[in-house]
Parts: sequence; structure tokens; C-alpha cells
Amino acid sequence: MRPWLTSIVLSLLLGLPAAAIAVDKPYFYPYVNPLEATVMELPPYYHADIPDKVPTKTFKVYPFPEREIPKVFWYEDGLICSLTYQKKEAPLIFIIAGTGARHNSPKMLNMQKALYQAGYHVISITSPTHMNFIVNASSTMTPGNLREDAKDLYNVMQLAMAEVKDDIKVSGYHLTGYSLGGIQSAFVSMLDEEKKVFDFKRVLLINPPVNLYTSVNILDGMLENIPGGVNNFDAWFDNVMKKLAEAEKKMGYFELNGDYIYKAYKRFPPREDFLAALVGISFRTDSASMIFASDVMKGGGFITPKNVEMSNSTALTPYYVAANRTSFEDYFKGEFLPFFQKSDPSLTEEKMIKRLSLRSIEPYLKSARKIGLLGNEDDIILAPGEIGYLEQIFGNRAKIFPTGGHCGNMNHQDVVDFMVDFFAGQEG
Amino acid sequence: MMLLHKFKVVILVALLSVVFLGGCTTLPKTGPDTEPAIRQQVDLVPEGTELDVEVYDPIEGFNRGAYRFNHYFDKYLFLPVVAGYQFIMPDYFEDRVSSFVDNVYEFNNFTNNLLQLKLKKTGITLSRFVINTTVGVAGLWDPSTHWGLRRQPEDFGQTLGHYGVGHGPYLVLPIFGPSNLRDTTGLVTDTVAFAVAGPPAWVDDDTTTLVFTGVSAIDKRKRMPFRYYGSGSPFEYEQIRMLYTKKRELEIAR
Repeated sequence: MRPWLTSIVLSLLLGLPAAAIAVDKPYFYPYVNPLEATVMELPPYYHADIPDKVPTKTFKVYPFPEREIPKVFWYEDGLICSLTYQKKEAPLIFIIAGTGARHNSPKMLNMQKALYQAGYHVISITSPTHMNFIVNASSTMTPGNLREDAKDLYNVMQLAMAEVKDDIKVSGYHLTGYSLGGIQSAFVSMLDEEKKVFDFKRVLLINPPVNLYTSVNILDGMLENIPGGVNNFDAWFDNVMKKLAEAEKKMGYFELNGDYIYKAYKRFPPREDFLAALVGISFRTDSASMIFASDVMKGGGFITPKNVEMSNSTALTPYYVAANRTSFEDYFKGEFLPFFQKSDPSLTEEKMIKRLSLRSIEPYLKSARKIGLLGNEDDIILAPGEIGYLEQIFGNRAKIFPTGGHCGNMNHQDVVDFMVDFFAGQEG
Repeated sequence: MMLLHKFKVVILVALLSVVFLGGCTTLPKTGPDTEPAIRQQVDLVPEGTELDVEVYDPIEGFNRGAYRFNHYFDKYLFLPVVAGYQFIMPDYFEDRVSSFVDNVYEFNNFTNNLLQLKLKKTGITLSRFVINTTVGVAGLWDPSTHWGLRRQPEDFGQTLGHYGVGHGPYLVLPIFGPSNLRDTTGLVTDTVAFAVAGPPAWVDDDTTTLVFTGVSAIDKRKRMPFRYYGSGSPFEYEQIRMLYTKKRELEIAR
């Protein structure tokens, strides 16, 4: 689940369109506008045919059992992972969630179901940017540094396997992830070449950024679609609420469900700047949680005071306000970079930005035939030219769909078919 | 009158807790080596800016305690009971129960639409009750909605808001969850009116009322997907407080 604000705003305003337009092959995606493709839920007609429920159980791992968890995170106890299991021996796929997402986010659940149906065990891993991961499983407690994230993830995967090894029979390992989880998969795969604990057979990067720094700045920049910026969020939000009330008056009723929202959406199509602002808000909400969790875990100093003790009754509003007014650029320059410069004084800003990129492991990506790429031509997090770069690096191992926005089409039948075929196939 | 009595107890416990816990500080504990943060609200937000997230919350210490209590109450009592109910009952019967519960509570929708002089909505509510009670077999089905007579939910908190009463201090009620002084007053008033002049008074049987109260509580919790600490955000308390307040504003403006 996304953080509350986002999920409620999204479901309140956009939700689940139910229209079905008769289409045949080839690939067709109902939203041509990449922002709509990203934000709007795929109408059920196009959904991949997957089971409603698959056998899944959750479990916890404790990468740092000695770690003392601050009282303000009293509800945090271990990193929660989930296992979707086959009764018989089968290959296992690890999935890494996207920015701010958990092991059971809607996209993760869909992938679990599709891959279970195709005959795999699945272990789902929460994004290293999520509070649950930062508090329990991050060694630096400063997510985003891909090589460090990869080490943490690799460690979690081993602990997770140790946890479930008596329950399932595994015949081999694959790896995948979407968005940030996609680029992290590439780095984890590279680490695995050296450690060989899993010896992944196939690795699929789904809608990864080429450069994390670039993509995050694109997402963050979408907040500029709120006239007057973040400090004007309240006025903007009030306006949205008023529009919603007007729409309700005109429609004669109000219901909080997908059908209503789709009808409202059809009658009052949202403007481009509004959709972009929503994407920006969704990202900023996730990033605010991440920055707060990271700061508290490291003893504070960035958005919370240094050396204070927060309890389970501490009012967090001032930190909420500060975190939501901290752009990625502010975080990168004010906290992220200085933190890693402490252990490596020669690290410059330019060097760090380069590290956060698939380009930094280009020779590996070119040579590793096991790695495949699933992308969309209109992915909103990619800068001009980056989709071409991906095609060039991965060649015939890249599958690029013409539309789908950023991860909007992950539950589309054609996309799911491609995923399933990819893991069943041989090295490309 | 059981219900009323139960309510008095809840309110008393809540008030006592306020007295004992309300004084709890909500500021972090500082020490000699405490240093201010690099990025602080005072530097980032122009002075005098009113923020939606800063809902008036004078007893935040108590509220956070109640929020935690509700988490445990859900975890160890309420949700297991709901799960047991769902395990025993086929989905079809669960839907009949929901329909029945909604129909009985049309009483409050009726009184509050009337109090706000929303005559059309009052009429719709009355028609719904008559149709659903007869054609819908004592409210087990809801044919009215299919015929275009949609539910018109109103409560006394909304009625107070309609006549200009502000939300007052934010409150997290034990068991009931997010509220504020206006809406708590509304909740108590609705409950009393319901018990004294509504369906329980018509039936006039304590056992029936008690069973109905229990079943409706389970049914309502079942239909509410919210889980305490389920958002994965460290700011859940703040976000819920803001969204609750906004949601009620929207409902009152309707």
C-alpha cells in the first residue's frame, strides 16, 4: 500500500476505470498520455488473467539483531518479507519493490500471482527506501547508494532463504524488480557474480531508471505543477476538494469507489498539470518518510534535532512539515553525499551521480546475457535519449512497449506474458 | 438503555485518561549535546502560514496513546472477532447483515437530514427505509439503491457542522478512532437519540439491542479496511488527522 495521503488522494480522484473497449492484438494500451498511463489504473478488461489468491505467507528477517530501535519506531520489529510457494520443487524468483513500496504493494501482489501461476516460488522484498527496510535491514541507513543497497538486499535474500528453506524445494534462482527495484536488481546480479550464493539464471529489469539521480529529479520536478510549489499544497488540495464537491453536485451523488471515480474522470477529465502534480506528490510523500526514517536512525541532525530521544508520544508534525519541504536535491547535497564522503573524502558530487547509474556497470550489462530489460517508450522517469541507450545496451534482450508510462502496464496481459516467457527462456 | 450505559463508561474512561495522560509531553527529550536540525520548519515555511497538517490537537499525548491502544485492541480483540465472523458467515449472508444494519441506522440519516432541513434527502431516506423494510424484507436487501434512491448519510456531527460549529480539538477515541470534539458530541447525541427514540426503543428488548449493537460493530469494522500502523509511513498519525479533518469538511459541505 502507498502511504495514506497518496493512496487516498489517488483513489479519491482517479481510481479504477471499468470501461472495456474491444481490441485485438497487437499490444494496445488504453492511455496514450504517459502521465495517465502511469497514474490511472489499467481497466480490468486488459488485466492479465491471474488467480485472485495464491498461497502466500509473510515472515520476518533480522539482519541486525543487535540493533537498538529508537522508541519512536516502537512498532518496527524485523523486515517483513513474503513467500508465495508451490507445493512441488520449482525455481524461485526474488522481486524487489519500487521506491517506497512494500513486499505487498498492489504491483508486487500482481507479480506474485502471475509468477505463481507460471510455476515459480516468489520471495517479495520491500524497497530499501521504505521505513521498514531502513530501520531493520539497511547497513548505512541511507538508501539510494546502489552498491550499498545491493549488499543489504543480498544479505536479506540469504536470510529470507534460510527462513523458508525447510518449507519449499528450490531448483534455481531468478531475480527481478521494477522501477528503483529494477536498477537495484542489476547491481544485486553483479554482486551475485562475485559471491555466487544464488547464481541467478535470469534477471529482468522492469522500467528501471538509467540514472537514479536524473529520474528522481524528474519526479521531484513534477511538484512544480502545484502553482506556488509545496508551500501552496494546502490551497491546491482545497481546490481539488472543491472541484470534487462540484463534480459531486453535478453528478448528483458521491461514492468512494472505482466506478464513480471513473465516471467522474470521464466527465471531468483531469488536466495534465494535475496528473503531474499527483505523481510529484506521491513521490515526495514516499521520500519524506524515507528521509525522516533515515535521519532518526542516524541520530538526527538533518530534519530532526541531533541527539534527542523521541518517544512513542512525540509529536512529529514539525518534522513532517520539514521532510515534505525537502527536495531530492536538498537531501542529496545536504545529507546523502556528505554521509558517504565521511568514509571516502575523495568522493565528489560528479562521481556519486555517475555511480547511481546503469552506465557505471555498462560493461557488465553488455556481457551478462542473463539480464533482460522490460521498458516503455513513454516512461516518464527517463530523460530524452535514455530509452535509446537501454536499447543499445541490451540489444535483443530489451523489450520496449510503445506505451504504458512508468510501470502503468505491469498488469497488462502482453506484459505479463513477456515476463513469464522471459524466465522460462534461455539466456538471450 | 444498555447502550447508553456503555457509552457513559467509555466517555468516563476517556475523560479520566485525558486527565492522567493529557499532560504527557509530546516534545522529544533533549540533552546537553542536543543540536538543532539543519532543515527546520521555521526556516522552510513563511511565518503565519496555516498548514492543513497542523490540526488543533491540544491533547496529542493522550490521542497518541489512544491511537496505540486502538492498534492493540484491533490486533488482539476486534480483528480476530471480525475474522471469526467472516470465517463462519458465507459472504452472501454478510452482505445481508450489512444491508440490515444500514437500514436500521437510516433512523440517524433521517433525523439529521431533517434537522438540516434537507427535505429532498429526508424524503429519499424515508422512502428508502419504507421500501427496504418491505420490499427488501426487513432491510436484508437494498432495492432502493437499484431504483436510484441512494443512501444519504448524515450524522449529528455533520448537523452541528452544517450550522457552523467548528471541529474543535482533535480526539482519538478509544475503540472508535479518529474524531474531534464536534464529532464526538455528534456521536454521543446520535447514539442516545437512536437508543431513546429509534429502533431499539421500538423493539424495547435489551437482548435484541445488545445483539444488534455487537453485530453492527463487527459488520462496520469489517467494511473498514483501515489498519492502525498499516500505512508504512512514520507520519501516519499526522496524515490520518489531516485526512479525517478534511474528509469531514467535505461531508459537511455536501
